[in-house]
Amino acid sequence: MSQPSDASPAPTQAPVAAGGRPGNPMSGARALLFASARWEVLLVAILAVLIWAGMRISPFFIQPDFWNSANFGASISGTMEVAIMALAMTPIIITGDIDLSVESMVGLSGAVLGVLWAAGIPLQVGIPIVLVVGMVGGLFNGLLVTRWGLPALVVTLGTLALYRGLANAVLGTSYVTNFPSAFTAFGFGYVPGTQVPWTLLAFLLLAVVFAVVLHLTWIGRQVFAIGKNKDAARYSGVRVAGLRTALFAVSGIVAAFAGIVLALRYNSVRSDNGTGLVLTVVMIAVLGGVDINGGKGTIPGVVLAVFTLAALQSALRLGGVSSEYQNVAIGLLLIVSVIAPHLARQFRVLVDRVRSGRHRPVRDPVPGEVVR
Amino acid sequence: MAGNVAVASNERSRAGALIGGLARSRELTLAGVIVVLSAIVAVRAPNFLSTDNLGPVTTFAAIIAIAAVGEALVILTKNIDLSVESTIGVVAFTVGLILKEQALPVPVAWACGVGLGLALGMCNGVIVAVLRVPSIVATLGTLSIFRGLCFVVANGHEINLNDLPDGYTNAASQDFFGVPLFVFLAIAIVGVAAIVLRYTVVGRLFYAVGSNAEAAATIGVRSRLTVFLAFALSGMLAGVAGVLWGINYGAIYANSASGQSLAVIAGVVVGGVSIAGGSGTVVGAALGALFLGLINNALILLGAPQEWLQLIYGAVILFAVSTDALIQLRTQRARARSRIR
Repeated sequence: MSQPSDASPAPTQAPVAAGGRPGNPMSGARALLFASARWEVLLVAILAVLIWAGMRISPFFIQPDFWNSANFGASISGTMEVAIMALAMTPIIITGDIDLSVESMVGLSGAVLGVLWAAGIPLQVGIPIVLVVGMVGGLFNGLLVTRWGLPALVVTLGTLALYRGLANAVLGTSYVTNFPSAFTAFGFGYVPGTQVPWTLLAFLLLAVVFAVVLHLTWIGRQVFAIGKNKDAARYSGVRVAGLRTALFAVSGIVAAFAGIVLALRYNSVRSDNGTGLVLTVVMIAVLGGVDINGGKGTIPGVVLAVFTLAALQSALRLGGVSSEYQNVAIGLLLIVSVIAPHLARQFRVLVDRVRSGRHRPVRDPVPGEVVR
Repeated sequence: MAGNVAVASNERSRAGALIGGLARSRELTLAGVIVVLSAIVAVRAPNFLSTDNLGPVTTFAAIIAIAAVGEALVILTKNIDLSVESTIGVVAFTVGLILKEQALPVPVAWACGVGLGLALGMCNGVIVAVLRVPSIVATLGTLSIFRGLCFVVANGHEINLNDLPDGYTNAASQDFFGVPLFVFLAIAIVGVAAIVLRYTVVGRLFYAVGSNAEAAATIGVRSRLTVFLAFALSGMLAGVAGVLWGINYGAIYANSASGQSLAVIAGVVVGGVSIAGGSGTVVGAALGALFLGLINNALILLGAPQEWLQLIYGAVILFAVSTDALIQLRTQRARARSRIR
């Protein structure tokens, strides 16, 4: 684990404060300590270190030139499909489910879009149809999981093969290309007058929507309630089955949208579009601090994870590290990202224990004592 | 069963219970389905049963089945191992490289391969059991890391048939009384694993940890050690599968066996091992792997269009899994009803 720079002041301040009066001055340091132990803060630190390292390797790193493939910006626009899918994967993982079929939905939606376009149907009509296909696919997943009580891992493992098979059946081994330039501009163009790719803008807008719904509304509270304890949620009046099904439907729609983005960015669809992406999607979610066992996770964390991954990829590429080694680095980062919060929590417990041991040896408060 | 229990009105429900019981035994059902499927395909496409066709198909199924036994051990403990395909790939390549450099005699090279698989499995075991990383995340990471290792070992090269000793791949096509050598090996491994799981204390530990880790810990089961053991064995068996993979193909690339993890897990799940842990058998897992291999071959022989193969494959997995769940649901309801009576 790389030691983040902004986490170090907290531990050094804490003993000083603890040496003084136990009271208000300490709570500030304590709050800082708690804040710095948050995974999102660590991610910001890792991201800062990566960008700094990237700038050291080449000043080129941060320049807003999206056409150079070793550039941070290019890495970002190259990861937007997985980033978009990771947003919808987040609430699903928080409820304790998983959706492995998204990468096949990318292929299926691209295939349907291509066939419709080849048949002369304009994209204005084709795109809504494809989104509906995504929703139906997601609903199918959700209903199998909630109605029949099948594990999401198994269901979506099946539909991972099934939807890829549908994509093959729809498009065969052929490919469709030459989408109208007005649409492909969305895939690899910029917002006029800026250096912001359209896909990045779409991702950020979606991220805001997901963040607001997940963190500021009753729907989000219910998602977390389900993830913490399904039975308790049901007894509190949460429509557990309905909400889980809806989340799968949303995931299907979002995956179909990601498929459209990919098709327009490549300006070509094949039935194997998106193969192997699901592992990266899950990786981004986990790297963003979403607990794979459910109940915990934030959208800002996932957004940070997207940028961290892009920064890591382009820094490694700039440093001349071949893509094979890059996979090793990303795999290590994934595992470390899970071990690190675990260690951070243990460290926090340790700090608490040491400090409470200094001026209050009693572990359990005696009856009547005011617990701070 | 005592005869005097049978009352006329119970006759039907007893027959139903018998059918239900048989249907609940996933191994018997699968074996039955495999026999029926083979019979139907054999009628429609007579060359299905020929050694030329069935030999390669069952040989490949045997490789997947061996990896599926290891995967089943892990899934029994309520974990999952996504990294098997990378282990198979890196072991196959490493063994090929050792033989290409003529560094070691063939049997020693094989032993090295199995040992490497065991070591990689132990890495998984440490990450999951000691560092407490959820297995799906841990093995997602090692899936990338082990594959990266494979590319590093390969260093842009590949292993050809010319690099290997003369007649190295003959073992794959060798058969006794029409049954390929690899199938015997798979049966032996499945047999040992089945006996250990069924009749030894260590074997029962896998079920205990998978069905209720807390209860297992309460009665003194060292669950983390058991999980570690499951991952180590899974890695070792993936190592065996990797050695066989190299013998079977002769040409080995850095991305060999990519995508096979899902085939292995699908076999295990179709074989009736519950992803929720604690229930299922390795015999079922191996039969599941065989079944999926046969389905693929049957579809090709019956002239199913290439584009539809994957679709039917996916539908079969879903169907197998959902029938299992539906039967369980019905049994539970029936039990609940009889309890009320």
